[in-house]
Amino acid sequence: MTAPITAASLALDGGVLAAEDAAPEVAFVPSRGFWGHVGHRLVRDPVAMAAGAMILIVVLIALFAPWITPMDPYKGSMLRRLRHVGDATYWLGSDELGRDMISRLMLGSRLSLFIGVTPVLIAFVIGSGIGILAGYVGGWTNTILMRTIDVFFAFPSVLLAIALSGALGAGIFNSIVSLTCVFVPQIARVAESVTTGIRRRDYIDAAKLSGASALTIMRVQVLGNVVGPIFVYATSLISVSMILASGLSFLGLGVRPPEPEWGLMLNTLRTAIYVNPVVAALPGVCIFVVSIAFNLFSDGLRAAMEIRQ
Amino acid sequence: MLLYTLKRLVYATPVAFGVSIVCFLLVHLAPGDPLSAILPADATQATIDEMRAAYGFDKPLPVQYLIWLWHVLHGDLGISIATGRPVLGEVSRAVVNSLILASVATVIGFTFGTLFGFVAGYHRNSLADRAASALSVFGVSVPHYWLGMVLVIVFSATLGWLPPTGAGPDGSGNWRPDFDHLRYLILPAVTMSVIPMGIIARTVRALVADILSQDFVEALRAKGMDERGVFRHVVRNAAPTALAIMGLQLGYLLGGSILVETVFAWPGTGFLLNAAIFQRDLPLLQGSILVLAMFFVLLNLLVDVMQTALDPRIERA
Repeated sequence: MTAPITAASLALDGGVLAAEDAAPEVAFVPSRGFWGHVGHRLVRDPVAMAAGAMILIVVLIALFAPWITPMDPYKGSMLRRLRHVGDATYWLGSDELGRDMISRLMLGSRLSLFIGVTPVLIAFVIGSGIGILAGYVGGWTNTILMRTIDVFFAFPSVLLAIALSGALGAGIFNSIVSLTCVFVPQIARVAESVTTGIRRRDYIDAAKLSGASALTIMRVQVLGNVVGPIFVYATSLISVSMILASGLSFLGLGVRPPEPEWGLMLNTLRTAIYVNPVVAALPGVCIFVVSIAFNLFSDGLRAAMEIRQ
Repeated sequence: MLLYTLKRLVYATPVAFGVSIVCFLLVHLAPGDPLSAILPADATQATIDEMRAAYGFDKPLPVQYLIWLWHVLHGDLGISIATGRPVLGEVSRAVVNSLILASVATVIGFTFGTLFGFVAGYHRNSLADRAASALSVFGVSVPHYWLGMVLVIVFSATLGWLPPTGAGPDGSGNWRPDFDHLRYLILPAVTMSVIPMGIIARTVRALVADILSQDFVEALRAKGMDERGVFRHVVRNAAPTALAIMGLQLGYLLGGSILVETVFAWPGTGFLLNAAIFQRDLPLLQGSILVLAMFFVLLNLLVDVMQTALDPRIERA
């Protein structure tokens, strides 16, 4: 199975070598390649870079949270409840059980990022698989797969997420499962349309003629050419996913207390909006900032990838 | 046109069936017996069997589906486990309330969205354009349940201008079109309008910019048409797509209102769903989701047909 591939890639290499031989006096300039160009353009986009930096900071906080929180995020105090922002001990105030807000927000980034990003990652793998299969094989396989996908499109995403998590019951695992089910159809549809767009290209025919099996073509030629657009689309879903995942926790369907998670914290602090409105709104600020950062970064990535046109 | 409508209808039928299967299976996704919520913990096996037979849970799954579908097609969505009342009645009352909220939110979103979109599309790269872009990013990035809370904090808790929760002064679940009830509608409607506002602003901006760059606009100006006349042409060309997006947004808001309705205790479908989930009232959950999803399928159909009617250039397969 590997022999034809080697032959094909050798032929390709041969072609490149022959071209170089024809013009030996030109100094060899290594091409950046597609992703190199994308990276180069992305770095020059100040908005995307700022958004990327924001995401990086939050990810670093999430990674090191247990070691860098100023106080114990679980330790409450009945005497020091709902302290205001700017308090000498509690820099960002304290919550309804007297727990330090900044520590809980820092630790909360772990679960919020985890339950927001994981569904998109899983859906990216499953959805791309389904979409590439449907797009490349075509025919009845395509019809059956894509009509099934259409059924899930008949549900608005928020409704589907809540319906599934409501039926499955509360919990982190269940909320990740239901959000994955929301995003698989969306990613599969994009993957299918991108794959259908390239399946008649010459290089696919060339690979077929070289004797490569359908599976190999899908893995090498198709995947290599469609993964970029699908990935960009998937990154644009992370923001929605973060909002929905925290939304499920906000409803009481995701993370359970006393674990800190932004959506859940927002819910428990709702009772405090008359006493300490600023502290009550803080977890939402975190969700908003991360969500907007993912959106702007994804926009920048998409703009940077429009080189081919 | 008629042919297209029929084709579209034929295409929607299998989707509607698929939706009904998903809704039916939702109950069976749930861990444990669907009856565990109403049976006492010490129920004897005989009681359990009797209840299972009464609700039809003793039959094979496909048979259960067909019986359920038969009832649904006759307008019977079952009996709510928590209240003992027919699900259809509960859902229709809630749907009316949600529809009021979602429609008002869509109108607000559409009005301001098109306004920003037009200004931005006409004056590209201006300050207004940047404001419109910022608005659209804000609209899709803001967690709307948090925005609702912030609005309550500002306009109810701090300023005391508007009521924080509920649908009316008497605490009843029925909304009436008078001033007192209108005050209760403002905050949730504004909260919900932000998403369609952003999306519509972004779409209209792109549409207007694209239309203005086309040759026919230049031709209109060349023959001496004033800007008002050109504007009318731009509106006519942008309308089908903009209206289609508005229609779809209404559907999304109706289905996605649960979080905002929870924040404002608005007695709509979202609130009903929330209650159904936490009381493990599975027939109510199933019924509400079925009604909302079917509404969305119908709305999609309407939007497609209307868009084709408005814009005869759209030739669809």
